[in-house]
Amino acid sequence: MSKKDKVFTVKIRRDYCKGCGLCIEFCKQDVLQASANMNSMGYHYAEPAQPESCIGCMICTMVCPDLAVEVYSE
Amino acid sequence: MKLENQWPKYYKKNVVTHYCPGCGHGIVHRIIAEVLEELDVGKRALLVCPAGCAVLAYHYLDIDVIESAHGRGTAIATGVSRANPDLFVISYQGDGDLSAIGTAETIHSANRGENITVIFINNAVYGMTGGQMAPTTLLDQGTTTSPLGRNAALDGYPLHITDVVAAFPGVAYAERVTVATPGGIKKTKKAITNAFQTQIEGLGYSIVEVLSPCPTNWKMTPLQACRWVVEEMSKEYKPGLLTDKREEKRKLKA
Repeated sequence: MSKKDKVFTVKIRRDYCKGCGLCIEFCKQDVLQASANMNSMGYHYAEPAQPESCIGCMICTMVCPDLAVEVYSE
Repeated sequence: MKLENQWPKYYKKNVVTHYCPGCGHGIVHRIIAEVLEELDVGKRALLVCPAGCAVLAYHYLDIDVIESAHGRGTAIATGVSRANPDLFVISYQGDGDLSAIGTAETIHSANRGENITVIFINNAVYGMTGGQMAPTTLLDQGTTTSPLGRNAALDGYPLHITDVVAAFPGVAYAERVTVATPGGIKKTKKAITNAFQTQIEGLGYSIVEVLSPCPTNWKMTPLQACRWVVEEMSKEYKPGLLTDKREEKRKLKA
């Protein structure tokens, strides 16, 4: 199965996210946004806003300093 | 559902780093853990931690660690690597550590061509102690000890320590990279892989300088800090390959 046929889902490990916003900025598809809620550390964590637009480029997982982004494929 | 980015084997589970949001250390730690796994050297790896923000790296990387005195990382790495050549020795150091108090150790370990790998995190300030001026601070850059900006007449010029050691015959591999852009992060992984392979082949000293954002001490948002690395810092410290003597070292060895 090629990458084109896969469906990708982004999940955020909420309590790992420090809200630096790098994944939100570097995502070309604008999949992520900053949440209005806070996590246990008091940061506005990232959350998927348009999960269906994810193309699985993995840039969010690369730029995240805290391993807070998980990308699933099916 | 398949997880595309597995948790690196040599990165401890269920830990959140103490680094500030947007700090480059977390990215470099993850890359080190991934490359150790890919090259299958994690079992015999030994990390020498610096004094600096990365002093607690042993909380995050699941490999053996020795804590060094300030700046003496490469001296300890030399001892470990000579006493036990089977170990894979990485010295992880910041710019205040490697290029200020540890200049003598850095220069001489590089000159001896010790078979170690140095990961040099350059963020142009002393991060842990509150953003004081470091030797690598750029001209006119404001820090807590140079509030009007670094003045060349008073404080000298930014120190290009990696360029200095790259000129030594003992240094097999030296590269400067950034972790401020996705492309830079890919290059960082490539450079760290090359540096680790240099040590695995026993070719000598390898050093990777990583230009890393420090949003807290630069008084910027994480995004502004990344832009500053690309627009200002990369002008003074140009990313790229500084030396690659691996081929001639291979010939010498054969």
